[in-house]
Amino acid sequence: MSSGNAWFRNYCLRKSLNENSQCTSAYRKSGSFSNLTFVAFCYAYFIIMWDHEIKAMASSHAIIASSVFMATVLPAVFIQGFSVYGTHLLWLYSVTGAVSVVNIAVFWLLGISQPTKKNTLGYKLSRLVRSCMYLLLSCLFYHTVVVLYGAPLIESALETFSLAVLLTSLTTLRCLCVLGPNVQAWIRVFSRHGAMSVWDTSLQITVACSLIGAWLGAFPIPLDWDRPWQVWPVSCSLGSVVGYLTGLVVAPAWIHFHRKQLTYKSK
Amino acid sequence: MKIRTSVFTSFIMMAQVLGIALFLRGFFPVPVKSSVSAKNKLSDLPAEPLTGGPHNSSRLPDPLFKRVVIMLVDALREDFVFGPNGRGNMPYTSHLVERGSTHSFVAKARPPTVTMPRIKALTTGSIPGFIDVVMNLNSPALLEDNLLWQAQAAGKRMIFYGDDTWLRLFPKLFMERDGTTSFFVSDYTEVDNNVTRHLDSTLKRDDWDVLILHYLGLDHIGHVSGPRSPLVRPKLLEMDDVLKKIHGALVSKETEGAPPYLLVLCGDHGMSETGSHGGSSEPEVNTALVLVSPAFRRKVGMETPSVVEQVDLHPTLALALGLPISLNSVGRLIPAVVQEAPLRDRLRFLHLNGHQLSCLLGANWSVPSYREQTQIEVGVEQFRVAEKAHGGWMKLYLEGNTSEVLGNMGKKVLRQYLEALASMSSALSRQLGKYDMYSMVAGMVIVFQLLLVLLLAMPEALSGAALVDVPVLQALLSLPFYLLCLLLASVHVLVCTSAGSACYLCSLSWGLVFTAVAFASATFCVLVSMATRRLPGGGGGGGGGSGWSLSELDILLLAGTVGHTLSLAASSFVEEEHQTWYFLLNTLCLAVFQDVCRKYFREQRRPGAIGENREHHEEEEEEEERFFLSPKGRRPSDPSQPGGDPRSREKWLALATPPLTLACCRLLRTLNQTGVQWAHLPDMGHWLNSSEHRAVLSLLAALSLVLVYFLIQRRCSWVSRIALALGLVGVYSYRAAVGNVWFPWQHGSQSVSKGTVEARFVYVFVLGILFSGSKDLLRSQIAAAAAAAPLKRRGLWEIYSGLVLLVALLFRAHNLPVLCCCLLVQSLMARFIWRKLHYDAAQTTIMHYWFGQAFFYFQGNSNNIGTVDVSVGFVGLESYVEGPAIFLTALGTYAGPLLWACHLVCYLNSESLRTPVALGHGCYVLALLRSVPVAAYVVLVTALRYHLFIWSVFSPKLLYEAAHALLATVLCLFLGAMETAQADAARP
Repeated sequence: MSSGNAWFRNYCLRKSLNENSQCTSAYRKSGSFSNLTFVAFCYAYFIIMWDHEIKAMASSHAIIASSVFMATVLPAVFIQGFSVYGTHLLWLYSVTGAVSVVNIAVFWLLGISQPTKKNTLGYKLSRLVRSCMYLLLSCLFYHTVVVLYGAPLIESALETFSLAVLLTSLTTLRCLCVLGPNVQAWIRVFSRHGAMSVWDTSLQITVACSLIGAWLGAFPIPLDWDRPWQVWPVSCSLGSVVGYLTGLVVAPAWIHFHRKQLTYKSK
Repeated sequence: MKIRTSVFTSFIMMAQVLGIALFLRGFFPVPVKSSVSAKNKLSDLPAEPLTGGPHNSSRLPDPLFKRVVIMLVDALREDFVFGPNGRGNMPYTSHLVERGSTHSFVAKARPPTVTMPRIKALTTGSIPGFIDVVMNLNSPALLEDNLLWQAQAAGKRMIFYGDDTWLRLFPKLFMERDGTTSFFVSDYTEVDNNVTRHLDSTLKRDDWDVLILHYLGLDHIGHVSGPRSPLVRPKLLEMDDVLKKIHGALVSKETEGAPPYLLVLCGDHGMSETGSHGGSSEPEVNTALVLVSPAFRRKVGMETPSVVEQVDLHPTLALALGLPISLNSVGRLIPAVVQEAPLRDRLRFLHLNGHQLSCLLGANWSVPSYREQTQIEVGVEQFRVAEKAHGGWMKLYLEGNTSEVLGNMGKKVLRQYLEALASMSSALSRQLGKYDMYSMVAGMVIVFQLLLVLLLAMPEALSGAALVDVPVLQALLSLPFYLLCLLLASVHVLVCTSAGSACYLCSLSWGLVFTAVAFASATFCVLVSMATRRLPGGGGGGGGGSGWSLSELDILLLAGTVGHTLSLAASSFVEEEHQTWYFLLNTLCLAVFQDVCRKYFREQRRPGAIGENREHHEEEEEEEERFFLSPKGRRPSDPSQPGGDPRSREKWLALATPPLTLACCRLLRTLNQTGVQWAHLPDMGHWLNSSEHRAVLSLLAALSLVLVYFLIQRRCSWVSRIALALGLVGVYSYRAAVGNVWFPWQHGSQSVSKGTVEARFVYVFVLGILFSGSKDLLRSQIAAAAAAAPLKRRGLWEIYSGLVLLVALLFRAHNLPVLCCCLLVQSLMARFIWRKLHYDAAQTTIMHYWFGQAFFYFQGNSNNIGTVDVSVGFVGLESYVEGPAIFLTALGTYAGPLLWACHLVCYLNSESLRTPVALGHGCYVLALLRSVPVAAYVVLVTALRYHLFIWSVFSPKLLYEAAHALLATVLCLFLGAMETAQADAARP
């Protein structure tokens, strides 16, 4: 126990020497905890996010991830014959809905997005309208890209569009939540060395992970195994959700381990 | 020894092709046979078994049939006759099948389901090796023991009408013959009329014993428009009429007492859902086989036809005609056919067949694995037991015993014989897929060593100097080299003396073998010394190797190359390889799009230090661009472009290029549905080729040709431009003459010709443009340095446009948009992407290679032999001429990769003004891209050589890979020559 505590103190010292982070203050704040519970807490999490922001990120990610699980498990209780393969579109919609609602709620509660300059109702409304338009546009964009990748044009348009909606909810919605309907900020974040906060980095990671997941999900389709998950678009949507979950886990961990390298320019 | 990268690469590639050839020689062995020219003789037949008593006669039972008519309908799929539509397609035949005295079977053909191997299988009863497909275009006379030779030796008179492949296989055996050539695929009436026209007179005569008819029309219809075409039904009705006519004539000739006739209706192979064949899918393999004879019991109702092997027809026919079975036959007698014969004869037939199979097994027993050995022994043992029981039965029979015991005992012997035949036959067909492992391993070792040398040289080869230090002399003078030589030579002697079986390397002369041994050991020494040099210092020898940072694009390119290589291990990924390439290409376009967006949008937002730097580059580049363009286009540099700010216009064009490319790829993808799983889906190509949409096809073809002209002409000299225009007009008129497209002024039915004149007209211009291009290239060698560059560039471009014209001639009309899109994408990418975004030679080469691969599949190819369009080999030729036909077919097949590689040469050449080593780098990367999958695939195929799909999926792919490696070698040589010329020009 005490060795863990010593390790942590050392770690904080090193940290504070390396950069002026809030790490030590976090430790001081957490002094009110009993040391024992505190260390248990560290071991339980394995990778510990001391920083306030990383902690917030980890917990919000945990909530989002659990919402995905709930969206998979809960309908199975209520709806007869619900399964991920059998009623795939239903599962897809439930995940989409859960992820969007939870994302919006979490980010609204956390108040991450840039503070708005004007606080009038009209301005808020216009932001809302623009956000909706972006969501729609992104659905269409994903649909086009998926069709360009070789999805049938007319035959299973509904399935393709559902996949596009899922991808939108996993990527674009998060962008909207974090950055707001601001294309220039988006371009900044997604260009090289453009991240300006941990949230930007986590956004990059989750978006990349979900897209790569969907991309990898397309590979098993040509195999002639005749499995239920090879049906369009099951493997792609599964891949994207798995990628998204991976991104949710990886983002805080990666940020934590690369704290030294991550130097953000001032906002 | 320091040599230039391109020279080094070309040398490695040439050696690698030799290694691959050696591997192929081992992998596709000449099928192991008892002897090529040995024939089975009547006198060699075993005596009828009899326990005790004197030796019985070795005579054969009396022939069951006197006359045989074999009506072979090419691509007669099983469901054409037995399927739900069979009654409508072939009413008379289905009536016979249901009610007549017939036997009907589904005969399974072995892949490759191509005509010539199938004919060989039917006549010799053996399973021809895969290499027969490659020899299909040039079939020499069949020297093996075969049914026809036996029939002739027995004094049977034979008549043949139909596909002239038979005449090439059996040049002197027929009393009367008339061959039709099978290569004009678009002709499906004349080929069959040429066969049928002889029937009436022949059927009236009595002077023949065997009549063979081979009808090609159905296969041609399949190739042109698939099995669901409306043309299929009339053709099948025609075949039905022919069958009715023959049957009627045979029935009327029938006399009491004499042995009856036998009419065989069979197909050589089936037809896939797209109408091609060659692979091993169910519809390609299952063929109909109907035997009609009054000797059979009359049937009372429809029975489901039982399944037999196609090779089983051979021993059945041979025995039923009283001929010896061919030595190499692996088939077994179809018991149903001899059902009505006396039991003694039936047992004798089975005995003869079993004896022949056991002899063949004995001859082929060289080094089988333990499991096979036991299986063979089991089969032979079963046969011995049955033979003994047969002897006992004969003794009882000859003693005049006629009790029921005898009948039961005979049935038991019969069953024993059938079991023995089944196990021997299966052991044999496994035996036939034997590999020459020694040659394979030798080839593999060479290929791998060269690949490793290539990989180890990477830091030097891609460095700024592009010089590779190959320690050849050092290796040749070292002690390990000599020791290794000695070791390998002794291994060689050991292997050759111990195996003794057919081994290609052992049959080579000593000089050649020693050269190979020396080469392998030298490569190994070079490899080791390069590796040791690379190991300790790391960056010491290579220089600049450590500082590489990979962008997303680089990661994608690397991951794609590696991933594709790995995917070759799965048979489905090989079958659907086009999907992999389309997928990677799409991702590549998206990655490029992201790069473009990043460049143009970020620049605007942040005019910081980097931005200014970029601006600076941009201006330089603009100047260079003008410098490049002005001599190319032969027009004054246009300072004022019409409409708006040129910079912003260019930006939008650059932004639009990747989406446009994506859209093009998506459209082309629908043009030709290839692969296996989704090949049957309707595609644009079939839609365009159907006769109702000929106007659309004509319009599309014309539009594509016009676009091709505009895309290609801008960098040619004016003479070539005129030649190009005339050539493209010639292409269109060739397609019109062949009957694919219409001229606007001739809407009615015009006569279809071969279009030889038009095609030759185009050839003249192709040669003209190629000549003018090479003249420019040669002139650039002697011209002054300043004038040389534009001359060379123009020469290269003209050679490229000559190739484009040739490809336009060879492509089918519905594939012309592929060519057009190819050129469009090339010019857009070169103009707005590769040059503007500063992609280096390696990246550009990889992108070209990917595009080339994707276009290979866009034009309708697949990893199946069946999709090779052999009709391309006859464009502009009156008859089959081997050299040009093979060249044109290869060119037509590899048009996509070739055009992209040629464009790469042009692009890198223009780029080499800026970075002089671009050509060398491109050459190296191209070689690496080709040899990595080849080397991996060679190992994979060796590991999977007993895989179920080895012949149907993996071997065709191996042939494709080998051919592609050959093509890449030629291109590397060309690139190397270009670079050498350039370096020579730069030196003085």
